[in-house]
Amino acid sequence: MKKDILKHEMVPDHAVLSKSESNKVLKKMDIHLEQLPKIKSDDPVAKAIGAKEGDILEITRKSSTAGKFITYRLVKD
Amino acid sequence: MQETIEKVTKVVKKKRAKFPESYIHDIALAAERHDLDDDELDELVRRVKRAYERAKVEKGEAVGTVAAQSVGEPGTQMTMRTFHYAGVAELNVTLGLPRLIEIVDARKKISTPTMAIYFEDEFKNDEEFVRTIANKIGKSNVNDILQDFHVNFAEMNVVAELDETKIKDKRLDFTDIINRVEKTFKKAQIDNNILSFVPSKSNIRELRLLADKVRDLQISGVKNIGKVVIRKEEDEWVIHTEGSNLGAVLKMEGVDKVRTTTNDIHEVEKVLGIEAARNAIIHEAQRTMDEQGLTVDVRHIMLVADMMTADGSVKSIGRHGISGEKASVLARASFEETGKHLLRASIRGEIDHLTGIIENIIIGQPIPLGTGSVGVVMKHK
Repeated sequence: MKKDILKHEMVPDHAVLSKSESNKVLKKMDIHLEQLPKIKSDDPVAKAIGAKEGDILEITRKSSTAGKFITYRLVKD
Repeated sequence: MQETIEKVTKVVKKKRAKFPESYIHDIALAAERHDLDDDELDELVRRVKRAYERAKVEKGEAVGTVAAQSVGEPGTQMTMRTFHYAGVAELNVTLGLPRLIEIVDARKKISTPTMAIYFEDEFKNDEEFVRTIANKIGKSNVNDILQDFHVNFAEMNVVAELDETKIKDKRLDFTDIINRVEKTFKKAQIDNNILSFVPSKSNIRELRLLADKVRDLQISGVKNIGKVVIRKEEDEWVIHTEGSNLGAVLKMEGVDKVRTTTNDIHEVEKVLGIEAARNAIIHEAQRTMDEQGLTVDVRHIMLVADMMTADGSVKSIGRHGISGEKASVLARASFEETGKHLLRASIRGEIDHLTGIIENIIIGQPIPLGTGSVGVVMKHK
């Protein structure tokens, strides 16, 4: 059941970034960690993929304007 | 096609352009349709790049203000009526301005929650299966399956006779119903399909109350869901509901876990997460505008949805949400409840760093917008 929601058409792909990937993302965007949009650690999707507080999630959205759009969210409690 | 896409990607890279996926796809389509050679493709990419860069939002542009105007202006043309019959014939769904306000206010209790329940491939043409599920989801009470019902004042009891054909019609389970009745009315006497009840105190008032209670006893249905409507849409059966409970419905056997949706944004957030809530806001807002024959560029709605979900939970636009959480005292005071904010700020000793637009307009300084957003920094020596 927990994994079922990941297949829902309204839920885009979420992936946990490694430490080095996270740093690369922050450097590329030239921002601090806290400037990222947030996602709660008890968010159903965050729970399903096992994300922990402080992780950065890479979200690949299906966009009606750009086709595919990659964005990031910081896991907070 | 795949080849052309790769070729276009290469040209785009060579021209040092950063195009979104849909652009590359569109260019590849055009290249195939007109059978472009390499030089022509080069020229096409060059021109698209120029047009794309021109169309981009400038740094420091007031996108929020533009979004507010772009949603607000068509909003004035929407119907002011509170409700409207549309979509599924028998269901009443709030549309127009009231619905739009509901969305941006992020109401916890929306006025007409509704679901569209789809089925997995193997069941979507199985009418019998869909009807069984519909009756499991939809609310029915004892009153719906009665053949005969007596309130006997002489013997001080209530006698209900259940109609087996009605039960069969509704695809309900007889023992299941009996169990539910027994659970609620401990003193019920059950003789096949004849149920008799005795009130706890032997007076007429109690007897009448008991009769109503028996008739209203819910024997099937998912919590928060009322009426259901079954419809054939194109080549499959779809259930539309009045009321919504996404979590419970998604757990049911045979229900499509990919397409089944609700119009309750908070429920989407709870069950499918914040990103799905963002998609739901965009979808609902756009659907509401479309239905009224108004077109608003999605980008404006996307910005609104991004703001509403940036925090990790769905926040409203307005006093209790985004505007109420602004860092600047002056900005908050200028929006609503001026006295309250100024008083509180003075009690707490808040500091306003004057970084926003509104603060700077109030004190008469250039605003940090467009060319005003650039400052001079001296190099430390």
